[in-house]
Amino acid sequence: MSETAREMLTLDGNEAVARVAYKLSEVIAIYPITPSTPMGEWADQWMAEQQPNLWGVVPSVVEMQSEGGAAGAVHGALQTGSLCTTFTASQGLMLMLPNMHKIAGELTATVFHIAARSLAAQGLSIFGDHSDVMAARNTGWAMLASNSVQEAQDFALIAHAATLKARVPCLHFFEGYRVSHEINKIETLTDDDLRAMIDPEAVSAHRARGLNPEHPVMRGTAQNPDVYFQARETVNPYYAAMPGIVQATMDKFAALTGRRYQLYEYVGAPDAERVIVVMGSGAETVAETAQFLRQQGEKVGVLKVRLFRPFAAAQFARALPATVKTIAVLDRCKEPGSAGEPLYLDVVAALHEAWEGPMPTVIGGRYGLSSKEFTPAMAKAVFDELEKAWLDGQPARRHFTVGIKDDVSGLSLDYDPAFSIESPDTIRAMFYGLGADGTVGANKNSIKIIGEDTPNYAQGYFVYDSKKSGSMTVSHLRFGPRPIHAPYLVEAANFVACHQFSFLERFDVLKYAVPGAVFLLNSPFGPDEVWNHLPRSVQQQIIDKRLRFYVIDALKVAREAGMGGRINTTMQVCFFAISGVLPKDEAIAAIKNSIRKTYGKRGEAVVQKNFAAVDAALEHLHAVKVPAEVTSLIERRAVVAENAPEFVKKVTAPMMAGLGDELPVSALPADGTYPTGTTQWEKRNIASEIPVWDPAICIQCGKCAYVCPHGVIREKVYEPVLLDRAPESFKRAAARFKEFKDLAYTLQVAPEDCTGCGLCVEACPVKNKTQIKLKAINMAPQLPLREQERANWEFFQTLPEVDRTVIPLNSVKYSQLLQPLFEFSGACAGCGETPYLKLLSQLFGDRALVANATGCSSIYGGNLPTTPWAKNRDGRGPAWSNSLFEDNAEFGYGMRLAVDHQRATATQLLNELRDTVGAELADALLTAEQKDEAGLRAQRERVAQLKRRLAALNGKGSAAAQRLLDLADVFVRRSVWIVGGDGWAYDIGYGGLDHVLAAGRKVNVLVLDTEVYSNTGGQMSKATPRAAVAKFAAAGKPMPKKDLALLAVSYGHIYVARVAMGADDEQAVKALAEAEAYDGPSLIVAYAHCIAHGYDLKYGLSQQKLAVQSGYWPLFRYNPALKAEGKNPFQLDSKAPSVSVDKYMYNEGRFSMLVQSHPDEAQRLLEQAQADVNTRWATYERLARGE
Amino acid sequence: MPDLSTTYLGLQLKNPLVPSSSPLTRRLDALRKMEDAGAAAVVLYSLFEEQAILESHLMDLYLSQGTESFAESLTYLPEAQDYRTGPEEYLEHLFKAKQALGIPVIASLNGYSPGGWVRYAKEMEQAGADALELNTYFLATDPNMTGRAVEDMYIQLLTDIKATVKIPVSVKLSPFFSSLPNMALRLAKAGARGLVLFNRFYQPDIDIEMLDVVPHLVLSNSDDLRLPLRWIAVLYGKLEADLALTSGVHTTADVVKGLLAGATVTMLASELLQNGVGRIAEILAELDRWLVEHEYESVAQLEGSMSLQSVANPAAYERANYMRVLSSYAPAA
Repeated sequence: MSETAREMLTLDGNEAVARVAYKLSEVIAIYPITPSTPMGEWADQWMAEQQPNLWGVVPSVVEMQSEGGAAGAVHGALQTGSLCTTFTASQGLMLMLPNMHKIAGELTATVFHIAARSLAAQGLSIFGDHSDVMAARNTGWAMLASNSVQEAQDFALIAHAATLKARVPCLHFFEGYRVSHEINKIETLTDDDLRAMIDPEAVSAHRARGLNPEHPVMRGTAQNPDVYFQARETVNPYYAAMPGIVQATMDKFAALTGRRYQLYEYVGAPDAERVIVVMGSGAETVAETAQFLRQQGEKVGVLKVRLFRPFAAAQFARALPATVKTIAVLDRCKEPGSAGEPLYLDVVAALHEAWEGPMPTVIGGRYGLSSKEFTPAMAKAVFDELEKAWLDGQPARRHFTVGIKDDVSGLSLDYDPAFSIESPDTIRAMFYGLGADGTVGANKNSIKIIGEDTPNYAQGYFVYDSKKSGSMTVSHLRFGPRPIHAPYLVEAANFVACHQFSFLERFDVLKYAVPGAVFLLNSPFGPDEVWNHLPRSVQQQIIDKRLRFYVIDALKVAREAGMGGRINTTMQVCFFAISGVLPKDEAIAAIKNSIRKTYGKRGEAVVQKNFAAVDAALEHLHAVKVPAEVTSLIERRAVVAENAPEFVKKVTAPMMAGLGDELPVSALPADGTYPTGTTQWEKRNIASEIPVWDPAICIQCGKCAYVCPHGVIREKVYEPVLLDRAPESFKRAAARFKEFKDLAYTLQVAPEDCTGCGLCVEACPVKNKTQIKLKAINMAPQLPLREQERANWEFFQTLPEVDRTVIPLNSVKYSQLLQPLFEFSGACAGCGETPYLKLLSQLFGDRALVANATGCSSIYGGNLPTTPWAKNRDGRGPAWSNSLFEDNAEFGYGMRLAVDHQRATATQLLNELRDTVGAELADALLTAEQKDEAGLRAQRERVAQLKRRLAALNGKGSAAAQRLLDLADVFVRRSVWIVGGDGWAYDIGYGGLDHVLAAGRKVNVLVLDTEVYSNTGGQMSKATPRAAVAKFAAAGKPMPKKDLALLAVSYGHIYVARVAMGADDEQAVKALAEAEAYDGPSLIVAYAHCIAHGYDLKYGLSQQKLAVQSGYWPLFRYNPALKAEGKNPFQLDSKAPSVSVDKYMYNEGRFSMLVQSHPDEAQRLLEQAQADVNTRWATYERLARGE
Repeated sequence: MPDLSTTYLGLQLKNPLVPSSSPLTRRLDALRKMEDAGAAAVVLYSLFEEQAILESHLMDLYLSQGTESFAESLTYLPEAQDYRTGPEEYLEHLFKAKQALGIPVIASLNGYSPGGWVRYAKEMEQAGADALELNTYFLATDPNMTGRAVEDMYIQLLTDIKATVKIPVSVKLSPFFSSLPNMALRLAKAGARGLVLFNRFYQPDIDIEMLDVVPHLVLSNSDDLRLPLRWIAVLYGKLEADLALTSGVHTTADVVKGLLAGATVTMLASELLQNGVGRIAEILAELDRWLVEHEYESVAQLEGSMSLQSVANPAAYERANYMRVLSSYAPAA
């Protein structure tokens, strides 16, 4: 931040806020949660760079174990007289609530900056609305809403300044993603601005109130009925003063910067009769719409609510035009069962108390939940609704929704999607890119170039899909000569770029192109041949809309420049060249300048390869002469196959096609219950290469299928006669299993579900004797194989599954004959977590209950539209649920308690009904061991028999019989799995995990240890090893990794294993089997390589080997059951370290980056890391010796 | 006491022992110990341009991989303010070595691109290098590439670098030239102040269990001295360049042999890696004793006194040597 000169910069809301908050704080306690995480990351980065705050001191930025911990630390620091802040959202804010009550109760000045986000209800959502902040409205905090990136920065300062004056803590919020992640051109503040706004006397007073043993006081007393009430009322004057202080602060800010804000800011016709009251970015949409409608002569306006708490009724009422007759209050949240949403209720109450004159009619509406689009068309629909209300003399309906089609309650307003108020001097562009191709990054650079190298204003917003690999991104850019207030997606684009040719088959990319727009296509086909490769609907739109059509083979350009698949630079040059936003030479110079700024520190070689792509781009860009006629016979592919289930066709498929917004309320389950096994219908075809099996040399070891993160490699043994119906290209070999000597064997790849990660090839132990580079499975281009292998895959699926009762399950080779009930997830290509889940599903999936902590595994495991947990042919499979992040152990424990109680109840009932169902059956049901698959199958048959007998009573049996029928399934042994990442197990959920393990019930815990918070982008957890770079540990983690496994061992009654399937696959499968079989709690800590480790995940398995060989990740199993046999329960499964730990570490970017950024610290931490390894190994060896 | 001093690349050295490029020279404390043990100069480990480029690309991969794909995790690793990609780490080490040591510090460079050679050479000079050793090794695998073309490439490279830097430049050679003396002469004429004989390379090996090609480096022993010894003896006095012997220098006898053959300095790496930096002091003490015992006043007296041009039987260094070895070989009965 500049000391004195204000700059025009393009940045997003999170950065804009963090710049101010950092400068005005001394202690910042943080915890990652989307979409507020980047604020903490910025603060941590600036601390690592030793940037000082306004008082010349580098703030202390600390990561805590949870948002509750962050709030506690902030509370403590505040009480000790420091200036503090934190950043959070959604469930994180919920965890801060208890402390927030305390902080407000103690009249403590602070600001929490909130990227407001939905709360998890029927489903989790990371996107923006006001659900979270509204749940904090009774904490006693002031609540200040900012509507745009500029306001987010400005209000951050106003909040910090006002809270110090008022002593009322302030929640400053802005919508997650829409504001937190929107990039916009703003005028930044300077240190001088901040200094001018912050009252040093208020800072001194804050400091003076801090706890100090030199003049001790106490706070936090316990109060009784005699005084608590009165004491609560003491704060009223502070709250009464707060609105005035905030307004005075806003006025001072206006005098300083020229940007004037009001607590309740009216925009519109002075004589408006219809007014919308709204808070947040939606207010900008309504304001622009009102402005447009006024020009049409309509008497409309909008009242922007800036200060929601304390709600200043008189000021609010005064801000409304006296002419208003009808008011619609829009809330961006839902409070089921209430008389109205929070803002609506406050408006009604304020008008009741403070309005002078005829009372306007007030209606309330919900909009924009979870970043649902709120467009001018929707705002107009609300104004229209007010028109109806006014004309009729009373409201047509008191409550409504807008932006969805509610065919259940009939609350939604109709709107005209064609209504648009886009300014003609604003250029609007949309870019469809693949996640890995760099499109978004290039567009962010383009916005910066336009915003900072031209007089234009610019805005960028980016939409990502629900998958972590092979995802589609859509960039929405606007730029023009005037400030851009359009917090909604582009729907009328002058420029559409499709960076992936295959998208044309799957999505309607030209839907939003306006007539005469430019269409830029990255195409392997040149200008003379591309036309005949376009789907028919694309040709039609190009002709109908008279689009100017350009092609470039950007992949070729990128590859020749050494950029691999990153076509970003090439496409960026084309955009500038065609759009003409800058003269060509200036644009290229600006792009190169931007490349140097972005990539310069990564080395000159990186800069030069980008420059090469820039220089080569234009000569490959061609205009296409568009024919007059549609000639194509290519139709867009059906989203799902004909034989997909009805729900998938009607609900899932539209979501997959990007048409989920059009689904009506009635299409969706009311309680968040969805069918499993839906990824099988989503054929993403994202792999450029897929594995091809060589049956001639395959030894059928199963290792390739075992490590496949996406469950696309399958094995079956079957009667050779079944091959009669096989496609000609279907491969087979004689089965090499002693149990199946006469059977055929096939290893089949699901070609359209593979991500092309290559782990299978790395895992294959067989080498072709004549060509060593070939293995028994090799990668080959997907496209030529797609049709053939699709047919083979379909045939393969018709082959019978293996009989689970005739094979041993605790070996790699046999386990891979079992059907995975976790398949085709959207995890990163080469994910290190999913193979464990797949294995779990193979071994126990048909009787598993899975409690999944929020994180990567809950996202690739449960993110709509399609989910990977699946069912077998009998309809059985894992029943899966996600509660929260912090409570997962307890959540799974609850499942166990329920199962145990149900079993006890069913046992009691069965004993009561012993004669009715038959003594022999009852005894067998109650005493069945179910220790193996044969036992389980026999028990399932008994349960079926029991159900038949109970059903045969045909309602004539006792109530007990009906109750037993309800519970009969529980006689089949359930396998309860508690699954999550290290962020959950080591940090936020550790207390619960510890308790649940200590409690002794039969739960199985699988910790997928990636050593960082992977899902939120790689923040440090207590599993992060010393010397690793991670977010919140940019200068390398100075402290060692917690040994979670050893802590659990210390109890003595818990089965514990440390596994790394890439290092010892047999040990991993044994550990899972033993853990599940053990009659008590189990904990498996599984090494999971991760994209956040900074290397090509194809080498994940070899890194796991090195982790074990170096002693970094010793393998062990601790089985308390062995004590009864007089054996040492601690079995060390790996050998003494044979290589130094740097041989493992420095293959990974997370470690080697530190050598390049902080070489001396890297050396120091490396030595300590080696000492950690040595100490841990010595400890384990002692345990293995029984000492 | 005999005079051990010598001159190499125009640098006045207190003795002819110079630790050559090895991993030991990566550590400042090891460099200090070398000086304390009596090393006359030190050649730092090589800056490999190819490696620097690779590290740069890898850094780009680490920081770009998976980014901007998923709404919750737009990046996976934090960006530092700066990274030492490229030559920064090397140049910093060179600078620190110069600050820490009183003896000359010779930088070593293995380039990859013509621009890289020249740029890095200049930067090494600016960082304080007293001299530059070019670690040249181009492995021609294309049958269409002639030996002359490879040689011309070396000459052009040296010419370009000489035009860029003022500090003396030596060239570390491989023995794989059809006419090593001619190549040596061309290099000397192109401005090489010294030739270092010979480079020691990783040679691939085959793991017959894993069926993998694996890099393999065997530390030298005194037997490896023979090859450079011969060629130094052959080249001595025939060109305007100092000769440095490296590969196989382990004992005082090896040093003496090198000097007798015509080396100005003898360079050590394997011996120091195996037996410690303290060996420099031991060898120096023994060298001193040997000179006294053999009544030499200075190492200058030794230098080249048994080169090809100084021995009574020059053929001993030529083909006859080979013949004699062959004829003296008698298979066991």
